[in-house]
Amino acid sequence: MVAQLTTRPAAINTEHLLEPQWAEVTSITKEINDVSTYWLKFTDPAIQKAYTFQPGQFNMLYMPGFGESAISICSDPNDHSKIGHSVRFVGNVTNAIGRLKVGDVIGLRGPFGTYWPMKELEGKDVFISCGGIGLPPLRPAIYHILRNREKYGKVTLLYGARTPADLMYTNEFDDWRKANIDVQVTVDRGDSSWTGRVGVVPMWFYQFRFDSRKTAVLTCGPEIMIHFVIYEALARRIPLESIFVSMERNMKCGQGSCGHCQLGPYFICKDGPVFRFDAIQPFFNVEEF
Amino acid sequence: MANNHQPEIGSTIVIEKVALNAILSRLREKGYETIGPRIKNDTLIYAPIEGMDDLPRGYISEQEAAYFRLTYTGHSRYFDAIPGAQSWKQFLFPPKTEIFALRKANDRWEASTPETKTPAYAFIGVRACELAAIEIQDKAFLRSDFNDPIYRARRERVFILTVDCMYPAGTCFCVSMGTGPRAKDGFDLSLTELEDVFLLTIGSEVARNLLDGIPFELASAFLLRNADQGLERAASQMGRKLDTSNLPDLILNNLDHPHWQEVGARCLSCTNCTQVCPTCFCWDATDEMSLDGKETHRERVWDSCFNPGYSYQAGGNTRPTIRSRYRQWLSHKLGTWKQQYGTLGCVGCGRCITWCPAEIDLTKEIPMLQEEAR
Repeated sequence: MVAQLTTRPAAINTEHLLEPQWAEVTSITKEINDVSTYWLKFTDPAIQKAYTFQPGQFNMLYMPGFGESAISICSDPNDHSKIGHSVRFVGNVTNAIGRLKVGDVIGLRGPFGTYWPMKELEGKDVFISCGGIGLPPLRPAIYHILRNREKYGKVTLLYGARTPADLMYTNEFDDWRKANIDVQVTVDRGDSSWTGRVGVVPMWFYQFRFDSRKTAVLTCGPEIMIHFVIYEALARRIPLESIFVSMERNMKCGQGSCGHCQLGPYFICKDGPVFRFDAIQPFFNVEEF
Repeated sequence: MANNHQPEIGSTIVIEKVALNAILSRLREKGYETIGPRIKNDTLIYAPIEGMDDLPRGYISEQEAAYFRLTYTGHSRYFDAIPGAQSWKQFLFPPKTEIFALRKANDRWEASTPETKTPAYAFIGVRACELAAIEIQDKAFLRSDFNDPIYRARRERVFILTVDCMYPAGTCFCVSMGTGPRAKDGFDLSLTELEDVFLLTIGSEVARNLLDGIPFELASAFLLRNADQGLERAASQMGRKLDTSNLPDLILNNLDHPHWQEVGARCLSCTNCTQVCPTCFCWDATDEMSLDGKETHRERVWDSCFNPGYSYQAGGNTRPTIRSRYRQWLSHKLGTWKQQYGTLGCVGCGRCITWCPAEIDLTKEIPMLQEEAR
């Protein structure tokens, strides 16, 4: 009953299963009120040189004395000089990360997990639908598309946030649009200057045309949003095999050992976070599973 | 007992019971820490043993749901008492291990992990179900894509002497799970205790060398039949049984079954079952920091899917109810485990039944899904 995944984890450094490498914060970009992007560079240049990742993978970031958090990589996979992580300050570890300054060091293990199937998506229309902090793990995929734009058909980004002030990476949207990516934005609640869409991401699907034979849907965000994005995609006859979901769970190891991130037979950290939807569909509607 | 050349691997020999003392001291001479069952605070634990005097000779353990009593009956056998809450898991996958330590110097963190010597354990008295549990944990910790350094170092060095179970306890169901009562392979030495002698089956070169010079005879057909009969009787006296023919499908097809709610209402979410389970492998990593903030110890500790924090994340708790946590445990153990590791995660040792304060008994819960299966 376990559907074959189309993506496989990248090889991990087996010498350092549980111990992090050290990376220096080279710069910090404040994105929105409670999210900043931390640009990291391994203190050991040899590791920095050897480090590669695929769009959609994540790292475990370690703050000594606080612990680790699984944070997806939001930077360009082709840029080997630095690794970006957009961090929302919500818990112990992420708030500790929030107190870091340029020049401080942080522990890093990774990259872990499966990734967006960029190769398989070539020739297809790509519909990226995400909400809130679900955009960062998709940004490397967008960078990949920008670099290989001719290989993809119609590319759409439908992105939602709670309020206009919660929209991330807005300064890049024009560049993306110039590369013929249809960037569309919605917010749950507008403010006095907002003239755009108001409403959650799935409710705007009706405004787009989907060629179900050649469209792939990529989604990441709050689980409730993912549910309805899939509902809308299926209603447009997008096959299960063309829907890709990035899932989230509590994670401690990143390697399918600690057990926390299980979803049915899967360890989301190693069999995911990116799943082809047919793999997880049997468990998707089981409450609290 | 005149023979004193080395027995062949795979052969079964007979030794006088006192010869076990010589085996134990030889193991210690070779640097092994000999661990076996011994009595502490009216229960059985696994702890270092010096010799046979430390073993629970003459005792049996009575076990039922939420019931464990160690009883002295005065028999002359050493290994009749079925183990208590502890299993060998605590030695190969310790409840608390340091992953690394860091010290702050000049505003930078530096590794200060002391060199520790990995202990070489000799497990004396591993039950067939417990050996099966070790092999199940091997699958979780020694994968091609994740070879756990802490587990591996201990597992590589371990010496295993199994003991066949002649008198199963009331919560035992190893026969249902196909793991016992006899250990078939994967041991260094396998011991079957008869009234006056021990039968030993040689499972490894290490064991063979260990026996060098210890007087033995090849086991006679009479003694072998004696052992077989004892183990057949044991197999017929299992305190519990479980129909595994439709697992894991029965569970995975009934994830919304109302019985989860019913058992969730009785479950205290105390984590006992996961702590005593010899296959449960979940762990958490925590930092223990010194008060001056200059030193931190990153430790790996046992975790449990019954802990509310287990599935807590920024977006909320994935399994906020006891119903969903119990379902996670059982649907993993007897369901999705099969897809992950090719085997069910239960060996039929019965610990989760004996040590559940609410008397929850999976051999009774599973049939509930069966009977009411939609």
